[in-house]
Amino acid sequence: MIEESTVVKVGMADLNVCLTGSIRTTGLGSCVGLTLYDPVAHIAGMAHVMLPSSDIAREGVRNIAKYADTAVPELIRRMTLEGAKLTRLQAKMAGGAQMFAFASNNDMMRIGPRNVESCKQMLQKHGIPLLAEDTGGNYGRTIELRCGDGMLNIRSVQLGVKEI
Amino acid sequence: MHLYERLGEYKMDVLKEVGNIGAGNAATALSHLLNRPIDMAVPKVRLVPFECIADEVGGAEQVVIAIYFRVEGEASSHLFFMFELEPAKKLLSNLEFFPAGEEQAFSEMEISALSEIGNILAGSYLSSLADFTRLSMSPTVPQLAIDMAGAVLNYGILQYGEMGDSALLIDTKFLEGCDEVQGTFFLIPDPDSFSKIFAALGVPFE
Repeated sequence: MIEESTVVKVGMADLNVCLTGSIRTTGLGSCVGLTLYDPVAHIAGMAHVMLPSSDIAREGVRNIAKYADTAVPELIRRMTLEGAKLTRLQAKMAGGAQMFAFASNNDMMRIGPRNVESCKQMLQKHGIPLLAEDTGGNYGRTIELRCGDGMLNIRSVQLGVKEI
Repeated sequence: MHLYERLGEYKMDVLKEVGNIGAGNAATALSHLLNRPIDMAVPKVRLVPFECIADEVGGAEQVVIAIYFRVEGEASSHLFFMFELEPAKKLLSNLEFFPAGEEQAFSEMEISALSEIGNILAGSYLSSLADFTRLSMSPTVPQLAIDMAGAVLNYGILQYGEMGDSALLIDTKFLEGCDEVQGTFFLIPDPDSFSKIFAALGVPFE
């Protein structure tokens, strides 16, 4: 119950950092919920990534939390400001589902897997180990990362609750 | 490229009429199917910020039944028909071959029937729209998901992600009897489709 009162919310195409309690994002479909955690400083960060790469932006990049390639460096920067160390960061992620299956050649349709790939590339680039993931499938997820122990709680309509 | 932020009231009204014609025909189809009167609310056309989109259907985690169609053709779009679970059950109980039961889960037959209802409604929505605009619009095979509203609707707005942080929704609610929401139609035209819709209707669009 006390946990409930200190939940930091992350919206779609948004990112945030949290020092106590937990951090949550709801209704991940093809978006990826990427979480970073510093197990020593107990600092948690989460990004709700919507699209794989800012190269496709037609607007000029106004919201850097929206794209995997810009969200990851920003999340690292924000967490480092709070006292996290890049070398200690561990990543977990969930989401990247393909909500509807299509025999379409439209690349937009398989955005989920592309988001996951792009997030992984960015983690690799910054040398952050990916401890666990729950990605793919065709269902939505709500995820919550606890600052205390870095466990990622994943809920879905079809499969219930699990922790990674 | 913030085209949609510059849409004036007049253009919003045109889009509202687009939703009205489509949903009006779909409501008539539903009314025939159920053999009882179905009302519809005045369509809403709004530019909705991403983080608020799920609130339109009761929150990101609200479990809904969504029947989704990708609309191919000149005015390519995403079309969703969404119910909450209970109204969906009620809708089915109106059909003679599905007796009202206590069961929470949906049988395969019920799922199939809902897809088919969605198919009929989407067909009448789109064909009236296509007649009105003389643009080709054809739905793909329906896909049904029972899942979190946020995750489902998210699928329709990805293309808006490239252009900004909000999406244009044309939605219409169906009512039966006293304010009981039966379902909601969401038409989400692709960003590139607007110019075609406006051109087809003779509305200047720069």
